Amino acid sequence: MTELFGIPLPALLSQLLLGLVNGSFYAMLSLGLAVIFGLLNVINFTHGALYMMGAVFAWMGLTYFGLNYWVMLVVAPLLVGLFGIIVERLLLRHLYKLDHLYGLLLTFGLVLLIEGLFRSFYGVSGLPYSVPEQLAGATNLGFMILPNYRAWVVVASLIVCFGTWFVIERTKLGALLRAGTENAQLTQAFGVNVPLMVTLTYGFGVALAGFAGVLAAPILQVQPLMGSNLIIVVFAVVVIGGMGSIMGSILTGLGLGVIEGFTRVFYPEASSTVVFVIMAIVLLIRPAGLFGKEK
Amino acid sequence: MKLKKICAALAMCGLALGVGSAQAQKLSGDKIVIGFITDMSSLYSDIDGQGGVESIRMAIADMEKQFPGKKIELVFADHQNKADIASSKIREWIDQAGADVIIGGTNSSTALAGAKVASEKKRPYISIGAASSRLTNEDCTPYIVHYAYDTVALANGTGAAVVKSGGKSWFFLTADYAFGHSLEKDTGDVVKAAGGTVVGAVRHPLSASDFSSFLLQAQNSKAQILGLANAGGDTINSIKAANEFGVTKNMKLAGLLMFINDIHSLGLPTTQGMYLTDGWYWNQTPESREWARRFFTKMKRMPSMLQAGDYSAVTQYLTAVKAAGTDDPDTVMAQLKKQKINDMFAKNGYIRADGRMIHDMYLMQVKSPAESKEPWDYFKLVQTIPGEEAFTKLANSRCPLVKK
Repeated sequence: MTELFGIPLPALLSQLLLGLVNGSFYAMLSLGLAVIFGLLNVINFTHGALYMMGAVFAWMGLTYFGLNYWVMLVVAPLLVGLFGIIVERLLLRHLYKLDHLYGLLLTFGLVLLIEGLFRSFYGVSGLPYSVPEQLAGATNLGFMILPNYRAWVVVASLIVCFGTWFVIERTKLGALLRAGTENAQLTQAFGVNVPLMVTLTYGFGVALAGFAGVLAAPILQVQPLMGSNLIIVVFAVVVIGGMGSIMGSILTGLGLGVIEGFTRVFYPEASSTVVFVIMAIVLLIRPAGLFGKEK
Repeated sequence: MKLKKICAALAMCGLALGVGSAQAQKLSGDKIVIGFITDMSSLYSDIDGQGGVESIRMAIADMEKQFPGKKIELVFADHQNKADIASSKIREWIDQAGADVIIGGTNSSTALAGAKVASEKKRPYISIGAASSRLTNEDCTPYIVHYAYDTVALANGTGAAVVKSGGKSWFFLTADYAFGHSLEKDTGDVVKAAGGTVVGAVRHPLSASDFSSFLLQAQNSKAQILGLANAGGDTINSIKAANEFGVTKNMKLAGLLMFINDIHSLGLPTTQGMYLTDGWYWNQTPESREWARRFFTKMKRMPSMLQAGDYSAVTQYLTAVKAAGTDDPDTVMAQLKKQKINDMFAKNGYIRADGRMIHDMYLMQVKSPAESKEPWDYFKLVQTIPGEEAFTKLANSRCPLVKK
């Protein structure tokens, strides 16, 4: 059998694929953060909690209303987005003129509130949620057995990520968004309703987190703290990719997922720290991140 | 008239008795203060947490009438799984609130730190939720009681049983910290002693984001048994991924530390057939059922072994205070080590010189959905492991208090 660094090639290939699956989650979450930071200049700490909300909504839909996975894949992100819009309208908008730090503190406080609320209702052991029937089972790829659901996760997240990239970078709407980011006042002078755009962007950004949450529900333990385990890594991804860079966050998310996957084979103990090591190196060499522009 | 006289006489007697028993109990501060420290908000809060507080309140309510005219107080706090918070809180309780006994909840590192403080201040520390067998070995003191279970008992239960049922070759998926390491080692020893082999292990970080990579490595090892030397969310996510990747088709899973709450969260279809070792199960005896029902009406979920242990430990402590007639720590510890423990938690339990509470442990198998007759009806008893066999033999204890 062909080997690379003492590990059989099929094993490496399978880890590459698994890395892509995890990278998809990083990409979707960091994309939302990048969009929000790009337009609102808010470091959105609630992102992890909203990801959790998406997963719990999926569970609630199934348990209380009998709504299946596919319905909730649409409904849950909408609900999370709506929640985000309310948060933006009521709370966040008052902080735009202040330092980043205030937004961070506010969103961090919201995390504690949201997580605490869900914890007091559902505890921390987790809620059962199974893989939808249509995607149950696994496919033998020759070098590994890939659960169909994981393949779906990669496909779904790639569609969503590149769709978002396309809208922002290649359409009129995206052009307005980018203009608003560069100079809000001037854009407004052209008759664009910037505050509305900001609200909808925030709603969309957090809806992405909700979508990732629904995707994660069948494969991870659905519980109130599931977001806080992930959010720190996702922030590192955003920093490595370059704050606010759309393509940067997508590519970095996928790439780091793969690197993390390989670390799990060569030195599993370091798999949770490797992302931060890379972050430190990137910050030393390129302080604005791999895809970020120096200002 | 006559009736009145009798009544008055009886009342006098009653009063005299009441005064008499009140005088017989010498309590510091004229009250008993129980301190309870555990994880109330994070990953271990379902298996103990608020439910543990409720269990202790139930124990106090049941014992109160035996201490007429005296108050029994409960103070509790969240240690957030941090050893420094646990020790400073316990110090504060003993110095300022006059705590007479500390009930220690989940997390071994907080237990090791907290027990040290309590012992320095000569207060009994009854550990329920922590697993590390160090509490009654290297780190034992005259004031520590390790009540519900430990890593050795878990290994002796699940490890031995699985090897006996044909699972000879093992691969471990281990949480990369003290608890996981000692669980892996203790179980590995048991497996080897029973004639099995350990073909390898992979160590994952605590609260790992994904287990599929680790599981593929386990699958490539071609071992028959995958031993999960982790706990809580890590165990749950490992089992979910193992099912998804078809690891369960050619390997059997052995959860080395699983609580009923984990099974409830995963559901029976995913967990059926798994072995686990438990110190108590709500459906084991009529007394346990009755108590569990009471707990359920308050908490809306069935109690775990830890919550039952909290109730039992406080009951036994108060019984010892009553019997000793004082809350003086040394006298109460001597009494505790003298009395037999017979309640809804344990039968013929007793506390050894090293502080280990010896009671039967149970090897359980998770029922299939068809076998489960009601909500929370999850386990069938495979084997009762007598206390003397489940825990470290006294002759092998590394505790200096054990005279050899």
